[in-house]
Amino acid sequence: MSEIINSPLLWKGAVVTLQLTLYSAVLALILAFFFGLLGSSRHGWARAIGRFYVEFFRGLPALVLMFWFFYSLPLVGIRFETMVAGVLALGLNYGAYGAEVVRGSINAVPTAQYEATVALNMLPRQRMWRVLLPQAVPLMLPPFGNLLIELLKATAIVSLITISDLMFRAQQLRASTGKGTEVFLVVLVMYFVMAQILQLLIRYLERRSERILGRRPRRRAATAIAGTTGTGSLSGVGGEGS
Amino acid sequence: MTWDWSYAGDLVGPLLGGLRLTIAATALGYVLALALGLVWAILRRSPNVVLNQAVRWVIEFIRSTPLLVQLVFLFYALPTTGIQFSAFWTGVIGLGVHYSTYISEVYRAGIENVPRGQWEACTALNLPRSRVWFAVVLPQAIRKVIPTLGNYLIALFKDSPLLLVITVPEVMRVAYTEGGKSGFLEPFTVTAALFVIVSVLSSILIRRLEGRYAII
Amino acid sequence: MPSSDTMSEVPTPEDPQGAPMDKTAADGALPHGSTPGIRFEKVVKRFGDNIVLRELNFTVAPGERVTLIGPSGSGKTTILRLLMTLEKLDDGVIWIGDRPLWHMPRGDGLAPANEKHLHEMRKQVGMVFQQFNLFPNMNVLRNLIEGPVRVLGLSKDEAVERARELLDMVGLVDKIDAHPTQLSGGQQQRVAIARALAMQPKVLLLDEVTSALDPELVVGVQDLLRDIARASDLTLLCVTHEMHFAKDISDRVLMFDKGQIVEEGPPEQIFGEPTEQRTRDFLQAILAT
Repeated sequence: MSEIINSPLLWKGAVVTLQLTLYSAVLALILAFFFGLLGSSRHGWARAIGRFYVEFFRGLPALVLMFWFFYSLPLVGIRFETMVAGVLALGLNYGAYGAEVVRGSINAVPTAQYEATVALNMLPRQRMWRVLLPQAVPLMLPPFGNLLIELLKATAIVSLITISDLMFRAQQLRASTGKGTEVFLVVLVMYFVMAQILQLLIRYLERRSERILGRRPRRRAATAIAGTTGTGSLSGVGGEGS
Repeated sequence: MTWDWSYAGDLVGPLLGGLRLTIAATALGYVLALALGLVWAILRRSPNVVLNQAVRWVIEFIRSTPLLVQLVFLFYALPTTGIQFSAFWTGVIGLGVHYSTYISEVYRAGIENVPRGQWEACTALNLPRSRVWFAVVLPQAIRKVIPTLGNYLIALFKDSPLLLVITVPEVMRVAYTEGGKSGFLEPFTVTAALFVIVSVLSSILIRRLEGRYAII
Repeated sequence: MPSSDTMSEVPTPEDPQGAPMDKTAADGALPHGSTPGIRFEKVVKRFGDNIVLRELNFTVAPGERVTLIGPSGSGKTTILRLLMTLEKLDDGVIWIGDRPLWHMPRGDGLAPANEKHLHEMRKQVGMVFQQFNLFPNMNVLRNLIEGPVRVLGLSKDEAVERARELLDMVGLVDKIDAHPTQLSGGQQQRVAIARALAMQPKVLLLDEVTSALDPELVVGVQDLLRDIARASDLTLLCVTHEMHFAKDISDRVLMFDKGQIVEEGPPEQIFGEPTEQRTRDFLQAILAT
């Protein structure tokens, strides 16, 4: 057992896993806001674009997308570095879930708030950026937190295109030690610890943002089923909206 | 290299064969997840603090670790128990156990949404414990979470390609094998198309369900 | 058919009650200046198959204070929401002053308004909501200066100074840094009134402003609104179930039922000797509660 835990391979792998999580999360966040805002636009064409992005990339498993980037596209002359293929696939996939969170949260801001912005004669842009979005962001945090954990887990697939993340290193270590059960048990615990640390970070952010709205922190039970791997169940932020 | 329609056409047969296995694994894994999820949900309501907390952390552990790693772990660990599972059944167990943790949370939310008065009425009628659960609480709880449960079915389906790492010849592995012979462009593109089609169709179905059943 | 007549034809109220009222109490914070009248011309509003307003005609003179009463679903609130552009018009024309709210002149006729026109027209109108609708992500001061700075283009110092005056008027200067959730319902509604006035509207819409308040807080808010009505020359449209308040605040009362005006007149007449059976039934039902 000690030869597994002391192996530098796993620690190096864990660092790569965290890097991948970070890069993909940043890409996903940008895509989520871009397409989520399109999805809650007043213009039908903008909503259609948002809808298409979400339906397409939510329907496509990140693994399939990543293999397609890595194995298929080079055949038509488009070549990615492995890291880029991995981050792109994960970012596009989780960006689609995130876009639904953004759209759902904006829709979950009470209509009365929108009406107040009209009564104050704000421009559409001001309504969104000064009133609706600031109130929607705290609603987004719990589901975003769940998505981040899901993303951390999902990064394990990059080992299949030879990126040396934690899972990849585990396979190497298994090959050299022949102890499959033990190696992967240790690796599971490592993922678990990383997820718990992220969880603490997210809780802290949630508590801060709830204070912005002057609300009491919500219990996790209400948000746990936000269904981050599900195709956009947004029960945690008040339903799908329309 | 350019897109070859006749090659793509030839692939549809084998890929649909792989998809059949994908769907079988999805269906069996989902049934396991629904059943095991219920067990977790009921155990979580146990007044025994030790049991309660133990179950809580088991769920948390399974939920926050990658399915891919769990599958590989099961692949090596299950045989050490002395029971031989085929790769397919190892995959079904992996999918089922992983998703049971999500589904138990869905049940839990549904159960918490059943009004307190329903429990009190059961006490007042002196109903036995099993009737309280299976005749009163669960029927009300599950009805409201059917759309959410449906979403997890789609999610499980989309995770099923991971079974390729434990050599299950599901659709993705078929595509990979075929691609190794004559190029990866067509196999993965057709597979991607299959996934998008199935996912979009099923999410339309879910939206219908949401119309019929109240969303929690 | 929309007419291109202008508000010059707007008649003065039948019984002006010696308006304009005593302005000695006029507060510097309150808006003054030329006040437009309002005219509804064959206005139709439907929600699906449900016709809420059917070819409604009525006029409000500049500076007049009108209370709309009637059973729920009679279309009173819809009138306010149409004036605030929260609901779209289905047919007819609404005039504010000599300009149509929902239309722009095109050739000889009128074309549907675009967002720019609506923005222009909304400058004259303010609204106070039943549920206050303060922005929970901003403190009291920011609620009050957000519109003036971002929409009216006031400098921040100016806006803050006006906000202070308004808060002084509604008696809440000490709450300037408070968060809406830290205020009572009555206090929130006072801030909401100040926020509406900060936009310097010429027409103020009051939509059941006291019905969400605890009973003991109602009178304070009503007194405040009565003082504001007396001290300014705002054109006021008010939907309320509080008959005392309606008597206090209005020059004229319109009784609505099923999207049409059943009876109208000065409050003494409507509440004292209503001529229509439906008005009598309604008033009786209100008193019974």
